[in-house]
Amino acid sequence: MDPILIHQPLQSRRQFLRQSGMGLGATAMATLLPRDGAAAVIEHPHFTPQIKRVIFLFMAGAPSQLDLFDYKPDLAKHFQQPLPPEVRDGQRLTAMTKDGKHLIQPSMFQFSQQGECGMWWSNLLPHMANAVDDLCVIRSMHTDAINHDPGKTLVNTGSEIPGNPSLGAWLSYGLGSLNRNLPDFIVLTSAFWSGDQQNVQSLYKRLWGNGFLPSQHQGVLFQSAGDPVLFLSNPSGVTRTSREKMLDLVTALNRKHAAEIGDPEIHTTIAQQEMAFRMQASVPQLSDLSAEPQHVLDSYGPEVHKSGSYARNCLLARRMVERDVRFVQVYHRGWDHHVNLPRKMRGQCQDIDQPTAALLKDLKTRGLLKDTLVVFGGEFGRTVYGQGTQSMTDYGRDHHPRCFTAWLAGGGVQGGIVHGQTDEYSYNIVDKNGQKTTRFEDDAVHVRDLNATILYLLGIDHNQLTFSFQGLDHRPTGVKEAHVVEKILV
Amino acid sequence: MVFELHLKRILLTFIVALGRLVTAAEPVDFNRDIRPLLSDRCFGCHGPSTEDRQADLRLDMMDEAEGPFVDRGGYRALIPQDLEGSGVWQRISTTDNDMLMPPPDSHQKPLSLAEKDLIKRWILQGARYDKFWAFIPPRSQSLPSTTDATWSRNRLDPFVLTQIERNGLRPQSEADRRTLIRRASFDLIGLPPTLAELHRFLADGSETAYERAVDRLLASPHFGEHLTKYWLDLVRFADTSGLHHDHYREMTPYRDWIIRSFNENMPYDQFVTYQLAGDLYENATIDQQVASGFHRLHLVIDAGTALPEESFHRNVIDRVTSFGTAMLGLTLQCANCHDHKYDPLKQTDFYQLYAFFNNIESAPETPGSAIHAPMLQFSTAKQRTDLAQIQHQLDSAKAQLKNLEVKLNELKANIPADQQENSKEIASLTSEIETALQRISERTAVHEELNEIVPVTLVMKERPTVRPTHVRVRGNYDQLGPLVERNTPSFLPPLTFEGPVPSRLDLARWVTAPGNPLVARVTVNRFWQQCFGVGIVKTSEDFGAQGEWPSHPQLLDDLASEFLRTKWNVKQLLRTLVMSATYRQTSHADPLAYSADPENRLLARGTRFRLDSEMIRDQVLLVSRQLVTTMLGKSVKPPQPAGLWKSVSMPSSNTREFTADTGENIFRRSVYTFWKRGMPPPQMTILDAPTRESCIARRERTNTPLQALLMMNEEQYFSAAQQIAGHLIANPTSSERQRITHAFETMTSQIPDEEELAAISMGLATLKTVYEKDRAALQQLTSNWELLDDHQRVELAAYTIMVNTLLNLDITKTRE
Repeated sequence: MDPILIHQPLQSRRQFLRQSGMGLGATAMATLLPRDGAAAVIEHPHFTPQIKRVIFLFMAGAPSQLDLFDYKPDLAKHFQQPLPPEVRDGQRLTAMTKDGKHLIQPSMFQFSQQGECGMWWSNLLPHMANAVDDLCVIRSMHTDAINHDPGKTLVNTGSEIPGNPSLGAWLSYGLGSLNRNLPDFIVLTSAFWSGDQQNVQSLYKRLWGNGFLPSQHQGVLFQSAGDPVLFLSNPSGVTRTSREKMLDLVTALNRKHAAEIGDPEIHTTIAQQEMAFRMQASVPQLSDLSAEPQHVLDSYGPEVHKSGSYARNCLLARRMVERDVRFVQVYHRGWDHHVNLPRKMRGQCQDIDQPTAALLKDLKTRGLLKDTLVVFGGEFGRTVYGQGTQSMTDYGRDHHPRCFTAWLAGGGVQGGIVHGQTDEYSYNIVDKNGQKTTRFEDDAVHVRDLNATILYLLGIDHNQLTFSFQGLDHRPTGVKEAHVVEKILV
Repeated sequence: MVFELHLKRILLTFIVALGRLVTAAEPVDFNRDIRPLLSDRCFGCHGPSTEDRQADLRLDMMDEAEGPFVDRGGYRALIPQDLEGSGVWQRISTTDNDMLMPPPDSHQKPLSLAEKDLIKRWILQGARYDKFWAFIPPRSQSLPSTTDATWSRNRLDPFVLTQIERNGLRPQSEADRRTLIRRASFDLIGLPPTLAELHRFLADGSETAYERAVDRLLASPHFGEHLTKYWLDLVRFADTSGLHHDHYREMTPYRDWIIRSFNENMPYDQFVTYQLAGDLYENATIDQQVASGFHRLHLVIDAGTALPEESFHRNVIDRVTSFGTAMLGLTLQCANCHDHKYDPLKQTDFYQLYAFFNNIESAPETPGSAIHAPMLQFSTAKQRTDLAQIQHQLDSAKAQLKNLEVKLNELKANIPADQQENSKEIASLTSEIETALQRISERTAVHEELNEIVPVTLVMKERPTVRPTHVRVRGNYDQLGPLVERNTPSFLPPLTFEGPVPSRLDLARWVTAPGNPLVARVTVNRFWQQCFGVGIVKTSEDFGAQGEWPSHPQLLDDLASEFLRTKWNVKQLLRTLVMSATYRQTSHADPLAYSADPENRLLARGTRFRLDSEMIRDQVLLVSRQLVTTMLGKSVKPPQPAGLWKSVSMPSSNTREFTADTGENIFRRSVYTFWKRGMPPPQMTILDAPTRESCIARRERTNTPLQALLMMNEEQYFSAAQQIAGHLIANPTSSERQRITHAFETMTSQIPDEEELAAISMGLATLKTVYEKDRAALQQLTSNWELLDDHQRVELAAYTIMVNTLLNLDITKTRE
């Protein structure tokens, strides 16, 4: 077990690549060469994995379930009536509408039944309407947070309090790397959006951070301008050849030093420098869309040609999972519609409708949807009562943690189903008998349950993936209990 | 055969060093061997938490009514020396899954055979309980005897040597002098020695050469900067508020006070007391008030988004948590919602501490980008007058604008819509409004500019009357439980106070009072970690029941009592550490020794670890002769890739647009680099710096491809290579060998041997060929340089890549 021997093949691998002229695609490289990414801490999956990869489409700012997914035709009758106190039932409110009148605001948008399943669906999302038979729509999502920052932090890290690892970091830690040329966990953020321009909430590095896990597990934020991965490009005048000569020399000197001093960590440095060199080739290949057929580009809509667009990010996400990046987190901001919701909502839906539908179709066509999970959702829902100017065609909605909608599509989950239900105001989750509930047994799905379910599909028991920090064995779903939503599974 | 024996021996060493297993002959130690097991697997249901306790049994205390020795109707959980009679043994050794502990469905890791055996032997040896080690005050220890009587250089060495000898090993020899001075220099000032410093040290053949070098380093102003880097992680210091807008929030006078205090070697007890309660001294000095800013470093949300009561609650929890982690080395925050599951900390204890930190005279939320009082502004008299004058102009311009708008509205109401366009009065009013708006925007800009150069720091200020404090049911801000009074946790020494109610100053004095078991140990351990890579207690943020058992408990206690005896003298403590024989060992060792004890817990060699992000960057600036040593002041912005801030910020955040500084500011030490919590500088976070959202007592050290890319390609790192290359070829008479040697020595403090010289020389020749052939690349790489001819261009290009090579060596980024 001489550690030097374990790392010996590295140099020859790079020589091999040089001889083959780097003409191979990244996927071919991945099959030709053994993996040597970060090791997994889970030696055997706790369950049979249903999926290998996840794309999480995070609608930051919290889209209104009432205008997109949760059809409430009877609300028109209650327009401008106060929300009955027994419905609100002591729910805490934000500082913005704490003292407001809380008058009912129906959605101005039409809904129609779609797909073979006949799911009610907003006409704002006509492209996605064609995919409803692949969607598992959860109308009974709920969360603890009432403000964006803790809300997003809870969805992404399992806790409202900053400092915990994000889900993608947990996966990188728990499952190791699926590929040896790209990071395990990549983050894409839209550089622009059509909805709200002023009231746009921040994202934070902690949403894809490693928290208390080692930092190699943090998400890698892809940049829409400049190097997609920070510091990827060689400085001007440093060619691939000169970089290679440089690394040859670095490796030779590092090897010599390792032989003298005995520290195997030096071999890790050598391996990581090799990986960096490979990424310099694999990442540009990943973001180069020139080989994409015209009909595929067209399917994502015209914005796919703009760097930093949601459409472009959806296509990139597909290219990433195709190359076995395990977790891709896509953020689209601009959903925080306290005022002028209809105008902003039309713009936002225009941004996401066609690209999201195209992503699902593209994954399906390539056989990737079988073992990839796509998740779509925000950090909470919106209130049934209006905010700002209120008329039938102009209104806003405040934050609402008690119910919202998320959907899943892909491996391991049923398509064309709706899980959970809300009352006639889309204010409370209700059970089969129409009684208010937050119980998991009654199909209420907490954010933690959603995360536990994603982990389950990947073969992980959320109670058994732990990391010891500050005296506690931390879990990806936090200290409170979380459940796998078995009813939605295939 | 010999080889295998050697391996076995080292593996045994490793196991003993971690204190998890003991050989059959050794007595079982409750604190070392049993408590961690019970804590990990049993305390969740049979521990301090009343709420979670099952079967009315607790295993964390021996003498409670629900303790393990009580007769429970015919049986007992523990009967000393009676294995079969002890319920604990029955339940952990059974094959019946319904009876087995920990229950298979509890998600607890099952007890291993070895762990069960430990518990068995503990019961057979008498099932003795000891008070938790970290809650007993440290005592000075008698020096252990060692076989080798000549190795030890000072008081700490025998403690280390005796463990090494017990494991049948010998310490390593002393590191070579080049390595030693480089090591001490990085550990004490965060920078490598300059060539001049290195050569001066090598030329000093006297016996006290090393001692004098250490004293020089301790007296260097860079010492305070380096220690402050660790402190800023510990207290979550940053330049933005961290929530919502993540606006700029200045606290640099606090950071500067920390630097000055370390440099002046302020006694650590005073250092802590000022931060906890500086504002409460009678006629508090400016420094004392600035230090109290410790309580203002938490994340804070902007007014108008969250509920103020909830924000208030979160701020206070953050203060209590930080007090726990940074000062006491305890994880208090668990008890915010419920009794601590592992430590004897009750929820009421948490809220009794909370009562010290909830009495701030301040709004709970930050007023947008304006300064969140209470604060201190360090303006000159002239700046104050100017600011007041501009504020006055601003106010009157706003008042005027309001008047004009009212007038315009009135006017519009009286003129029919179709005639408004031609109305001269409307036109004139509109133009006046435009002028007023312009004036407001001009004045605002001037006001902001002036404000930007005036240093400001947030401070703590106590309300005159003490706020009543309630326990919060399950930690919810709006669910009030019973009232509690200010007090310290009951498992720690009692609080003494003179006034009608204990003050935060009383609490601060309690922290460093003789008899507080934690603070000296926790502090000594962190400084140890700074010099040896890993603390004597590895979990330097947690000295509670779930923390790790110390690798050298007597040594920790002895160092802690010595620290107290020297009146909390930090420089003297560090001097003791780096003067020891333990510290001076070489890190050259058998690869098997590295794999058997990767973290070097046994200290049978010198520890070798990667430098922190700040040290790596500062070194690059120093060796390229670019480092600007100006101290203190506002945070600075060295260049970073474009668009990072923008990609995460709200449009109206005042830290949305990143504009790099120019001139000297970009070459300052990294401790002065601007820290936006939503997106900290990637040069730091890629190399494991925390985001500064919570208190971090130790950084991880990872080794990743992103780090390799950073060190190869980052703008400042690469341009440093070119700077150095420029210096190297500037002297036309120096030989290639001289140049290589000079560069290698500058960056690694070592002289290259013949093999290395040959390899580098060959590399240079190859690179020259590459650039002779690739004229375009040559042009790009050297376009900023006015050079005489192509030959020199090729030289510069090849040397640049060669230096880039040296800056990327493992030895360069590592402290050996």
